[in-house]
Amino acid sequence: MRIATAMKGLHYVLHAPQGDTYADLLFTMIERRDARPPVTYTTFQARDLGGDTAELFKTSAREAYERFQPEAMIVGASCTAELIQDDPAGLARALKLPIPVIALDLPSYQKKENWGAAETFYQLVRTFAAKVDGAPARTPGPRPRCNILGPTALGFRHRDDVVEVTRLLGQLGVDVNVVAPLNARPSDLSRLPDADFNVVLYAEIADVAARWLEKNHGQKIIRTVPIGHNATKDFIAEIAAITGVDPAHVLADANARMPWWSRSVDSNYLTGKRVFIFGDATHAVAAARVASEELGFEVVGLGTYSREFARDVRAAAEKLGLTALVTDDYLEVEKAIAELQPELVLGTQMERHIAKRLGVGCAVISAPAHVQDYPARFSPQMGFEGANVLFDTWVHPLVMGLEEHLLAMFREDFEFNDGAGASHLAAHQPAPSPAPAPISAPIASELIWSREAEAELTKIPFFVRGKARRNTERFATEQGLAVIKIETLYDAKSHYAR
Amino acid sequence: MLRERGQREVFCGLTGIVWLHRKIQDAFFLVVGSRTCAHLIQSAAGVMVFAEPRFATAIMEEKDLAGLADANEELDRVVDRLLERRPDIKLLFLVGSCPSEVIKLDLSRAAQRLSAKHQPGVRVLNYSGSGIETTFTQGEDACLAALVPEAPKADSNTAPSLLVVGALPDIVEDQFRRLFTELGIPRVDFFPPRKSGEIAAVGPNTRMLIAQPFLGDTARALAARGANRLPALFPFGAEGTTHWLKAAADAWSIPEMDFRRIVAPHRERAKRALARSRETLEGLSVFFFPDSQLEPPLARFLAEELGMRPVEIGTPYLNRDLLSEELKRLPAQARLSEGQDVDKQLDRCRADKPDLVVCGLGLANPLEAAGMTTKWSIELVFSPVHGFDQAGDLAALFARPFARRALLKV
Ligand code: SF4
Ligand code: SF4
Repeated sequence: MRIATAMKGLHYVLHAPQGDTYADLLFTMIERRDARPPVTYTTFQARDLGGDTAELFKTSAREAYERFQPEAMIVGASCTAELIQDDPAGLARALKLPIPVIALDLPSYQKKENWGAAETFYQLVRTFAAKVDGAPARTPGPRPRCNILGPTALGFRHRDDVVEVTRLLGQLGVDVNVVAPLNARPSDLSRLPDADFNVVLYAEIADVAARWLEKNHGQKIIRTVPIGHNATKDFIAEIAAITGVDPAHVLADANARMPWWSRSVDSNYLTGKRVFIFGDATHAVAAARVASEELGFEVVGLGTYSREFARDVRAAAEKLGLTALVTDDYLEVEKAIAELQPELVLGTQMERHIAKRLGVGCAVISAPAHVQDYPARFSPQMGFEGANVLFDTWVHPLVMGLEEHLLAMFREDFEFNDGAGASHLAAHQPAPSPAPAPISAPIASELIWSREAEAELTKIPFFVRGKARRNTERFATEQGLAVIKIETLYDAKSHYAR
Repeated sequence: MLRERGQREVFCGLTGIVWLHRKIQDAFFLVVGSRTCAHLIQSAAGVMVFAEPRFATAIMEEKDLAGLADANEELDRVVDRLLERRPDIKLLFLVGSCPSEVIKLDLSRAAQRLSAKHQPGVRVLNYSGSGIETTFTQGEDACLAALVPEAPKADSNTAPSLLVVGALPDIVEDQFRRLFTELGIPRVDFFPPRKSGEIAAVGPNTRMLIAQPFLGDTARALAARGANRLPALFPFGAEGTTHWLKAAADAWSIPEMDFRRIVAPHRERAKRALARSRETLEGLSVFFFPDSQLEPPLARFLAEELGMRPVEIGTPYLNRDLLSEELKRLPAQARLSEGQDVDKQLDRCRADKPDLVVCGLGLANPLEAAGMTTKWSIELVFSPVHGFDQAGDLAALFARPFARRALLKV
């Protein structure tokens, strides 16, 4: 789905029950997409099972073709549909639609989502970028040319990474031929061979496809992921090496502020901060390097949920003297974090919840992510600007320089203790202490809260309770009431609703 | 009345766990399903709930699909581990999903087996929240219907009691309880109860008020135990709530004068709270995409009390029996549709150009981007909206998109 939604002119017909349509809202809400994903679900029901779910699939596919007129269609089955064994591939073929129809056979009970996305992209590339005998693959041109592979819908900062990497390549004098799958049409995929090499930004998505292109069209693969200052330099050097361009002026980019920010004295307090890292392989490995080499953190744990790329993560962990945690069970991750007691967690949405529960600062570095991780502003992870962004976002959740010392000096201060978290982050403060100031001490001292009204007030969510209380007391004073009863509370609510 | 069978864009019944697991405080919900199911309830609920949730998914792997014996063994193991870790659990629901149903895993047998194994401390029940059987709120119906047999029997000598059916926020329950007490109805129980051990006895002298329009199966199960349903509007808005309370008052032969005297201040208060939203909403048209089955009563509320004009009232399933009073009062020109064919419905919506579209989260942003004003329907299920003192809040939910539009200058 992330591939289909990323692309244009492609439609996905998915044999799935109605509840699975919740997947749409991941795109329309979390990523704030302004169009529905190009997916038709058959939404078969129990009563269809005895009858003809195959016919239902055919109707859905035919109607989707007529309505959306895509350049190409992919068809597949969700976990449940796989169990009823309708063979979407065969059914779609039988329809004889006048466009390429690619059947996905994703054994959902064995493989995970990233694998499914990679396989989908590979199938599409194979179909559209097949070798044409005799045709020269690459049209000649003065500048080196490459494709950027891997960015998808719902990807973590993929939109901005593509912009940043394209800019970097432009500075180097390298043209970008096709970016895919994000915003590519199936017809764009047929132009893939018309480039000298491929830049794989997210191996989880594009590695299989890039390898196929290497084998069939002789395109080299750039695998260095430019996340972090040093990795960006390596990336530039690698491109310079295969294209022969001069990288010097690009390496001297004045906007690369991260090294100085990290060396400046204020950053001394970052030294040896204990950090736990978990995410997809691409981001976890990159984060480990940035954290240890470029920020001077101590990486105390490193892990991934991407089993297909576990080897890379294990290797990175070994270099840091660690054993990688490879799992998709968040309870295991939680246990590891609780044991290691890091000061900062770099993870996905799940680790953010865990960190919050444990009262540890957290920055998100990888999908799956939540709506606030799809910012309006330009906020890449890659390139020199990406490194700047990493510095800012990872340092933000930590207790700031001098404040840290004050904490040590005044541990007893009730509103300024180490349990309170960083003072500039209200959202990271633990829940208010279990015994809040007695509610019965009203603002206007002559008012009395009846016991029932007071009890009622505690049922109102804490974040609006203060307002409810103030309004009620104001209302009672205006009305000349001495005692606040439950009725007063609701009368006030209705009064202020007007 | 339009009946459609095409692509549906609605949640499955598993979603009900998100609120049910907070309502019954010692219950736990174990979904027996696939990764999709786990992902659904994690993303629907995990995002909103920060306390350790009282739900989980037992993910069926390939080997479970191969042999049912393995699947049962695996389930027993998961349950053992869970109950060991969470001794506070007194009631465990095994929740069926599409995959568990397609492979015909018999969860009721499993529930019996596990109940016997873990008695007396823990009761194990089962229901289906699968997308092939249930739509969104039907999950609550299936869950509550499964809970009915747990109610003790009340015989015909028991004094009449009132049973309010449907999971309501605690604060709303308390408000209703106070009203019923004021009216002089001595014994009032809520179903489901807050603790699994406190299920009210049900018998021929039980009179029930249904609080949610989607509880058809639960109402039938309770009726089979002898309970009598009091037909009424649903308690949305000043009118709906008055009508709903009146049904109970009449059953207890409370004099009209007394009823009016007691209810009037609450009713007036609700009306006052509605006034401001009415200024915004009066005369505007509204289009409902199917979501929770709350659509017909809400359309009635919007039409009668806020002066809105429903053009289409879509509902995933129309329960004519429970909605008998509501249907009488729906504006005649409104198009009622049951089921869904989402692309066709979007065509109708674009043609109708309603002032407000009430729809699910998958459609809201795309419709906003196309210039429509939308209200996410899920909020109507996830916030306290029943009764007099929530009438103003309910109206405000519909008015807020307009207030925001008026405010924004971008
Ligand atoms: S529709 Fe079925 S498979 Fe999908 S989440 Fe719901 S129960 Fe699971
Ligand atoms: S395998 Fe994963 S992506 Fe595919 S339908 Fe199942 S849960 Fe969804």
